This record gives sequence, C-alpha cells and structure tokens, in this order.
Amino acid sequence: MVETSAKKRVALVGNPNAGKTSLFNALTGLHQKTGNYPGVTVEKSEGECQLTFQKVDVVDVPGLYSLTPVSTDEEVATSVLLDEGADLVVYVLDGSNIERNLFLFSQLADHDLNVVVALTMTDILMRSGGDFDIARLSTLLGVEVVPVIPHKGIGIPELKEAMERAIEDPHTLELDVGFPKVVMDAADRLADHMNRRGIALGLREARCVLLDEHCTTADRFRDLPEHIAAIEEERKAVLGASGQGRTLDAQARYAWAERVRKESILPPQNKKRSKSEIADAFLTHRVFGLLFFLGLMYLVFQSIYTFAAPLMDLIEAGKTALANWVSPMLESTPMVQSLVVDGVIEGVGSVFVFLPQIVILFFFIAVLEGTGYLARAAFLMDKLLGWCGLNGRAFIPLLSSFACAIPGVMAARVMPDQRSRLLTVLVAPLMSCSARLPVYLLLIGAIIEPKYGPAWAGFALFAMHFVGLIVAIPIVFILNRKISKGRRLPFMLELPKYQWPKWRDVFLTLTSRSKVFLQTAGTIIFAMSVLIWALLTFPQAKPGTYQKEYEALSVERQSQISEDEFAELRQREDSALGRFGRTIEPVFAPAGFDWRITTAILAAFPAREVVVPAMGILFGTGADVDEGSPKMVQSMQKATWPDGRPLMTVWSSISLMVFFALCCQCMATLAAVKRETNSWKWAAFSFGYMTTLAYIFSVVINQIGLAVSK
Amino acid sequence: MSSQEKVLTSKDLRTGMRARVAGVEEGQELCPRLLELGLLPGTEFRVTKVAPLGCPVEIDVRGYRLCLRKSETGCLKLVSLEDQEEIAG
Repeated sequence: MVETSAKKRVALVGNPNAGKTSLFNALTGLHQKTGNYPGVTVEKSEGECQLTFQKVDVVDVPGLYSLTPVSTDEEVATSVLLDEGADLVVYVLDGSNIERNLFLFSQLADHDLNVVVALTMTDILMRSGGDFDIARLSTLLGVEVVPVIPHKGIGIPELKEAMERAIEDPHTLELDVGFPKVVMDAADRLADHMNRRGIALGLREARCVLLDEHCTTADRFRDLPEHIAAIEEERKAVLGASGQGRTLDAQARYAWAERVRKESILPPQNKKRSKSEIADAFLTHRVFGLLFFLGLMYLVFQSIYTFAAPLMDLIEAGKTALANWVSPMLESTPMVQSLVVDGVIEGVGSVFVFLPQIVILFFFIAVLEGTGYLARAAFLMDKLLGWCGLNGRAFIPLLSSFACAIPGVMAARVMPDQRSRLLTVLVAPLMSCSARLPVYLLLIGAIIEPKYGPAWAGFALFAMHFVGLIVAIPIVFILNRKISKGRRLPFMLELPKYQWPKWRDVFLTLTSRSKVFLQTAGTIIFAMSVLIWALLTFPQAKPGTYQKEYEALSVERQSQISEDEFAELRQREDSALGRFGRTIEPVFAPAGFDWRITTAILAAFPAREVVVPAMGILFGTGADVDEGSPKMVQSMQKATWPDGRPLMTVWSSISLMVFFALCCQCMATLAAVKRETNSWKWAAFSFGYMTTLAYIFSVVINQIGLAVSK
Repeated sequence: MSSQEKVLTSKDLRTGMRARVAGVEEGQELCPRLLELGLLPGTEFRVTKVAPLGCPVEIDVRGYRLCLRKSETGCLKLVSLEDQEEIAG
C-alpha cells in the first residue's frame, strides 16, 4: 500500500468521543484540545510517535460512525483512511459503548487493513462492577487488543509494543460477521457472473453492491445496463420487495457486535443512578435546568465585568506610567512624542487592557466544555435553535463566537450538514465577540453607569450580548428558506459524564487564546493605531490658525474649553480622516453619531478593536483631566455637538453599541468566512447584511430616543 | 411479544418510557444514520431524558446514550413496551 522505506503511517480511527484525541496526545506528546462535543478533531492532526525501533507518523482521523460517509467530516476521514492508506490502523474502541463501536470496526474488515485495537474507557465499566475478557475479545476480533487509559499513560507502552509487532508482521483484518446465507449465496452468484464476463468483483464488493445501492463499487456498473439487470435480479432474491438492504447489513453487523459483547464483557453490576444522572435530573430539568442555564450565562457575563475591573485598572495604570516615562525622553521631537504616546502607547494599550476579560471568558468556555456542561447546553438549546433551522450543536460555535467570531466560524465545522454549517457561519459573526466588549465597556462606563449605577451597567452589558443573538434568529429563519444545499442529517448528540475539567487543557486554551489576541494587538492594532494617528495628525495646521475662531465663541463655550483644547479639536477635524468623516457625517447623523464617531467607525472597519484607540485620539485629551478618572471616559462625557447639546446621551450610546453589536467590522472574520464557505460571495454577503442591519437598527434606536426625550 | 404493545409516535415519548423499533423505512433521508447508530428493527430502548423544551430526547440504546430529535425519528416505527418500574421524570 505504502512504500516500505519511508516512515510508517499509523491512522487512529474510531467513533467520535471514543477517546481518540487523548490517545493521540499520549502517543505523540503533541498537544491538542480534547473536548466533549463531537468532532473536536475535525482538522487532520498528525504527530510523530517513537516506538522501540522506529519512529512512525500518527494521523488522528476525524471521528466516524460509519465508513459510508454522510457528512463532509466523514468524507475527509474515510478518504484519509481508504485513499491515502495506512500501514497500521489503531482502532480506538470505547469499552463503555462497545456495540456501536464495533459496527465501524466491522466495516474496517471490508477494506484490507492491518489493525490493532486500543480499548478505552475500561475504567468506567470497571468502576460500575463490570469486567472485560481481553483475551476473548482479541480472539473474537482477530486482532491484538490493548486496554489503555490515555490521559494517565496506562497501557501506552504495551500499545506501542503491539503497534510495533503489527507493523513488523502485518496481517489483514479478517472478520466473519455472519451475513445471512441468502446474501452470501447471492453475492457468490453475482461475483461469479461478473468474473465470467471479465469483470473483477470480489465477494465483499458483491455483497456491498447487493445491500447498498450507494456502494461505490456499484458505480462501476452504471454504464453497463446488462449487468445492472443481473444485480437487480439478485437484489430481489435477497431483499424481496422491501429493498431494505442497508437495514439487513446493519442488522448483521449489530447481531455480531452483540455476540462479541456478550462473550467478552461482563456488564455493569450496580445499577444505581450515577452521580451524573443525579446531577442531570436537576441540570436538564424543565424548570431548574433552564433557570440554571440562564443564571450561569448571566454569572459568566457579570463576572467578566466585575472580576476583570481591578486587573484592567492595573493595566491602565501601567499604560499611563509608561507614557509618562517615555514622554519626557521624546520632548525634543514633538512629532515623535505624539506618535509614540498618543498613537502607539494609547492605541495598543487601549486594546491590551481587555486581555483580562478575554482570559476570563475563555476560562469559562474551557471549563464548561471540560466539565461536559456545554453538551447539556446544546441539549437544552436545540429546540430553541432548531425551529429556525439551526440545531443545538450550533450553540458551541455560537458561544465561541462570543469570545471571537474566528474560532466560532471555524467551529461551525462540527455541524454535520452543509446547510446548517453555512447558516452557522453566516450568523456567528453576529454574536457579540470580545472585541466589541471595549466599546460596550467604554460607553456603559461613561454614560450608563454614572447615571443608573453598577447594577444597570451589568444588566446593560448582559443585554448587549443578546442583541446579536436575537437578531440572528429571524436572519437564520430567512436564510434557511433561501439556502437549499447539502443533505440533511439527523441531529445527534451524546451527553458525556460530568467530570472535573482537565486544568492543563484549560490552561493551554487560555494561553493560546491570549497569544492570538496579543499578536493581533501587537501587529494589526499597532499598525492601525499608527495609521489613524497619521491620518488625524496630517495635514498640520499652522499655529494660531484657530485663534480667531476661538475668540468668536460665546463666553459660556470659552469657559468650557481652553484655547489649546479647542485648537487641538479643530486640528483633528481638519485632518485627512476628520475631513472624510465630516463629509459623510450626514449619513450617520440620524444614528446620533457626529464626525468623530463616524471617523472612528470608518477607522474600525478592518478591525473593530481599533475603534477605542481611534475614539481616544479623536476625542482628545483635555488639560484638566481628573487624576482618578480615565481620560477617555471624561472627554466622552464632555463631548458635545457644535451647538452644545451633549453628544453621548443614553440613547445615542445605545445606538452606537447596537451598531457595533451588529456591524461586521473585522477583516479576519470575513477571511474566515471566505475560507469556510470557500467563496468570497458569502464573505461579501456577511459584510453587506450586517452593515445594513447595524445602520438600520442604530438609526431606529436614536430616532426613538430623540422622540422619547422631547 | 407483550400484550401491552401499542403503536407510538415519537411525540408520545416520555422520560422513563420503554419502546421498541418495530420497523424502519430505509428510503427516508435521515434513516441510514439511525441504522448505523444501531436503531434497527427489534431494537429496544428507554427514554432517559426529555429536554425542557420537549425536544430532543435522550435514549438508552445498546448500552449507550443518544440524543435525537423527536421529529427526526419519523422513519422508525415504534411500539411501546409497558413502562414499569422506571422512576417517572
């Protein structure tokens, strides 16, 4: 199959949730996230494993239920296994769910593979008083069986030895599942019929053709009508009028699997309810379960707001200290000083400050995933997501999108069919990602909290996270009617037993997420900050340009603003970006945005995080800032329209937050959408529909606000 | 088998209920996957959970737990087995 000189290839194959990823980690040492929801290992992961005498390549094949692929993931998996080939298949057999796992195993026997079985989850059965007869199981399956507990390293050396033996002395898996005699006789006749006519057809292939009209072998006869007649005749002989070949096939395999289980496994003895079941009686209860879910989500978002605050103050203080330290050193060149202090430190710092919140959010997601609660959340939410065309599994990509739409869009791969996958990809960016958090926090902190207190501030933050979700529902509903691609698959889900999260996994998730975030802050945000600074600083006006204008102001206005402050604001207004912002100000004015906010929005189209530094630069820093309060909050509160009306009212700040909640200001997300849908069309569509929605909603909100406050 | 058997639709499924697959309609779109998961003519299962909003349901079949939507089991013909001894949800 594969040339012998090269490094041998080992494929890890098994059902989803069989413990494949854990075993992969144990064999290769290369770390990968393990999760409880199906399809964590959608991407093909490879690693190296050191056996006693050689190194081998290990491929972690995506989880499969059957070698007759129905989903894209399964197509990938079967092609990795069958088309690329492997010197050895390590079949990961979930000992706590042996019958279903043996169904796929029995299909391996149809493809001339060299197999070793790694038996996982043995501890679960043992704990409930069951037992395995490994020797018997090995005999019945016709291959070596090694019990393993991958995350504890138990059985790994033995498995490696078995792998080495199987590679050195390969055997093809032979299995007699025991198809009914009538099937085998018909297959015999059919193979004979074809062989006599010069067409090679093995017994197994003949059986496949008989029992499954979608069998790939059957394609060979598509253009040969005279043979199709022969096939049809034998099919009738075997299946009668019903034609239910796949049922017959599955029945034979499951009957065999049941025999194997009965002969090799002592079932669990204590039948009392497990702790997980007791917990689930509450956590999936029709009243308490939903209340708990809502309460938990509320707690998550509240704690993001509360716990992060002291850390954010610390970072803020560090930023100020850095600016104060650097600033005097650059005194001699005001331009460079301004670039470094106002552009770089302010820009990058104002994004960096949100790291604590991102870490906290990812911490919650990783813990909920690790405990098995995320699968329950999918179970609880399926009905809610299902009626509009999504399903409970979309909950995971959608929840991830609350952290960042990019992993969310990528996580949509767990959706088993094309249609719901596309729907998920299209609405995931509507979920309120952590990059929107800065805008919410800034506006809630500046406008809502001073007016209504911290309880309402927390509620406002909670509510902002629902805006996108609520808007997504009708969007999915409409799109679901328009899109008609891909075949439907039944929704299915397994609820794993509750367990303590593996803290190492949680830690690794947090570090990798933080790294991605800081990399963005260090590159894109850095570059954008400098660019915005430049566009706002040039062209430079001559000193004294605005003196006359200031003198023309009313005394009352003059008492509000010093001449220097005024000149600085006017300078920004006359800068390249300011002019552009002012040109299109009329477009955004109905939404309650002046040229400064408009300019910040424009600057933030490539990456919405940029809006905060942009607003920071645009709103400028007054000379008379209080020591204790952050500069930007103060200057936002003080900002006015030219006629002196306050710019940021409660309504206009809600309008702005909703704009950010719905708008697709993220190049990276659009790139991810393009990659996942394989078309720029869908990326452009995402951008278009979200921007339109954002604009309409913010205009409506601001207009309602204007009407109400009259 | 039992005299208590009666035909069920998936809407009737309640926590604790036992049922048997009496037949399948293989031609239906969602059926092949259910077959591969082990829901075959003659297979018995028990409903272990019904989600708060009425759907999906979790069943115990062939020693494992599987969540499915009621509306997507249409290709399975179900009959109820008397639901004894189970603690009602």
